[in-house]
Formats: sequence, structure tokens, C-alpha cells
Amino acid sequence: MSLSKIKLRINGKEIEAEVEPRKLLVHFLREDMGLTGTHVGCDTSNCGACTVLLDGRAVKSCTMLAVQADGREVTTIEGISSGDDMHPLQKAFIEKHGLQCGYCTSGMILTSFWLLSKNNNPTEEEIRKAISGNLCRCTGYQSIVESIKYGAQLMKEEEKGEQEIRVR
Amino acid sequence: MHPSSFEYFAPKSMEEAIGLLTKFGEDAKIMAGGQSLIPLLKLRMASFPYVIDISRIEGLDYIEEKGKFLEIGALTTMIEIEDSELIKERYRILREAAVQIADPLVRNRGTIGGNISHGDPSNDMPAVIIALDGKLEITGKQGKKVIDADSFITDSFTTVLQEGEIMSKIMIPVFDGSSGGCYIKQKKNAGDFSVAAIAVHLSIDKEDRVRRAGIGLTSVGPRPLRAEKGERFLEGKRINDSVAREAANIIVSESDPTSDFYGSADYKKKVLNRIAVEAINTSYERAMVR
Repeated sequence: MSLSKIKLRINGKEIEAEVEPRKLLVHFLREDMGLTGTHVGCDTSNCGACTVLLDGRAVKSCTMLAVQADGREVTTIEGISSGDDMHPLQKAFIEKHGLQCGYCTSGMILTSFWLLSKNNNPTEEEIRKAISGNLCRCTGYQSIVESIKYGAQLMKEEEKGEQEIRVR
Repeated sequence: MHPSSFEYFAPKSMEEAIGLLTKFGEDAKIMAGGQSLIPLLKLRMASFPYVIDISRIEGLDYIEEKGKFLEIGALTTMIEIEDSELIKERYRILREAAVQIADPLVRNRGTIGGNISHGDPSNDMPAVIIALDGKLEITGKQGKKVIDADSFITDSFTTVLQEGEIMSKIMIPVFDGSSGGCYIKQKKNAGDFSVAAIAVHLSIDKEDRVRRAGIGLTSVGPRPLRAEKGERFLEGKRINDSVAREAANIIVSESDPTSDFYGSADYKKKVLNRIAVEAINTSYERAMVR
């Protein structure tokens, strides 16, 4: 079977690889790149545990071929924190108990990240609609919704803080 | 999970894509967003020796009014339809259908061309385009041709597309001031396919009578259906609840559902009846807001 050459950016890093065309992006990320923060939940394109950002948009990496990411930018959960400093959304999920088993969490956070990039002040309804493709089987969603609201608030505060520093 | 092996091509132009499709014939499958196809491939419900990924073809991703038509490029994603200001303001029914397709993650990749060309009788866009008297542009070796949307899907997962042809554009007659429509989708779970769904679009005259009715049905037949008798019945009438009820009975008589996981044929007809009444009344109310 012939391999396809791909060149893409993953979490800001330029990557060149050879993949079988049939390889799903999620397997490429987990098995070839070692980025196991992206989970395989259902294998049937329903659960959203494998959510990553493709050029900034939240997509199911199990419903995409690795070759389709050629020339694109992929961001996984490993790519949203800076060093040991967690992203405000990650902090918010911890503080508001937005997870129990943690299986859906990376997908939930990346979908929220996409939502907040389009709309930094979403209503509860907008949050619930945005995460409708991410299934959680333990928290019952209430604390996830609260985590996203709180994350949005933390992100705004952080942005404001940075602006103040710049002014000083 | 891994699909069966295939050779993959990502042509950058329409000519190149048509060349590959012509060369490989029935062994080739077109992939756009892949949101229906990849699940089928990885669950091994289908396999093809050659996958032609058309998503890198330039210039098939647009939403614009051009003369008498609203034109949508086949590679336009559902999320682009959902976020389009033009569609939000002037073509509400398209947005109403788009936001009910699967979930946002799927809509970030899924395209309107794929939703129609897949030929799934449970996909939502065909019924809407039928109700709007839409047309589809097909590009092939011989150039482009335009056909009526209601003749495109001939049976479950079967379209009129011949070897080397790609459905390239969706064309919807520009709405005039006195029309209104809606899409109602009855489903068991968020993000699911429908038990039954209906698209209704009504244009009314100065006397508030229906000048033109368009009705498309999802999930209640081997293919997306046009409820022609229902359309004829509504034309020339002012709508009230009893007219809507009578029309709904006619529409149900034109449906042909089968019993499956989503419900018995009888249940689907009952659901269709209820949503047909609601869709006719709502469309008429919207058309009356001039």
C-alpha cells in the first residue's frame, strides 16, 4: 500500500510524516505523534471525545483522514496550555468540577475553545447547543456548562489583565 | 478503527477531479466533508478502491445572490450556512434546517453538496431545496448542466450523477417579499436523524391566497419526496387550521415510510401529520409578515 506524504502544523510545530491514506487523524495523533490527550470514545462518530481544532474549528478527528490534514493546522488539548500554565478553560473545569472520569474533557474543552473564539460571551443556550456533539456520561452537563461560563469569564479577565500590563 | 485500504487523490481543480472520476468509473467515490462517508468506510459498511477528495478544489465555497438565484457552492459547510448573515436575514428556512443537522462538530466539516449528493432519504437539505423549487448544477466532461432538485435523487443513496460528474452548485430562486417557510424535524435525540421532517415554503398573493406552495419530505420514503398533491391543494387558498389539517392528510397519503429503528410506518405517518399542520400554519404566518 502506498503511503502519502503529509506536512502540517500540530500544536504550533511543523510536522512531516508518511501515512496510509486510510489512517484516521485520531490514530495518527495518538499512535504516531503520541498525543494521547485526544481520546477515542465511541468509534462511531457520535461522542466527540476525539475533538481537535482544525484551522481553529472544532472537528471530530475520528471522522477525518490524516491525509486531509495536509497543509492544515491541528490543535489538540496538549496545545492549548503554555508550559505548565494551564489554559483558563482547563482551570475553570477543575474549579467548577466540570469532569468526573475525564474521558470527554479534552473534547469538551476544545469545543468550548472554538465556541469562545467566535463568541466570548455565550448564553447558556448557546453553550448547550455548542457542546451538543460532545457526550458526557457522568456529570450530567450542568457543571460542564458552568465551567465553560466560568472559563469565558477567566479568559476575559486574563485579556484585560494583559491589556493593563501593556498600558503600564 | 480503520477503513479498508484505498488509493487517495485530492485534485485541486474540477477538470482534474472529473478526469480521475472518469478514469476510475464505479471504483471511485467522491468525498467532500466526509461526515457521512468516513463513518461508512470505517465501519466497513462500504469500501471503494479509489477515494477522490474534492474538498481542495478552489471556488466551490460561496453563498451569494446572483440575478434570480441564491447560489451556494457545493463545498459550502453547514456552519457557513448557519453563520451567513445573508441566510440569517433572507433565507431563514435554510438556517433552520442547517442547525438541526447532526452537531456543530459535524457541521464544521459537512458540506451542503455532500448532504444532497449522498442521497440519504434522511438527510435534511434535499427536502428543503425541493420545497424551495431549487435547481442543481452538475459539472461533467461535457461541461455544466442545470436540473431540477426534485429529480436528482432517484432512490435511497442513488442519484442521477453519471460517471465523471460532480454536483457543483445549489441554486434557489430569490425569495420575493411575500413568502415564508419553515423546516420542522421531529427526532428522538439531539443530533439524530429524524423520525419524519417537512419543509414548507409558501408564496402568497395580494389577497392572502397561496400563489405557490413547495413541500419537501425527509425520512418518509425511499428518497426525499415532493408532496405534489399537497402543494396543489394549498394553491389558491387562504390558510386556516382546517385547511392545514386537510392538507396534512393529503401530504401523509403521499408519503411512503417503512418501519425501522426510528418507529413504525404508522407512527411516522402520525408524526408527519402533526408536523405538516404546524409547518403549513407557521409558513403562512411568516409569509403574511410582509
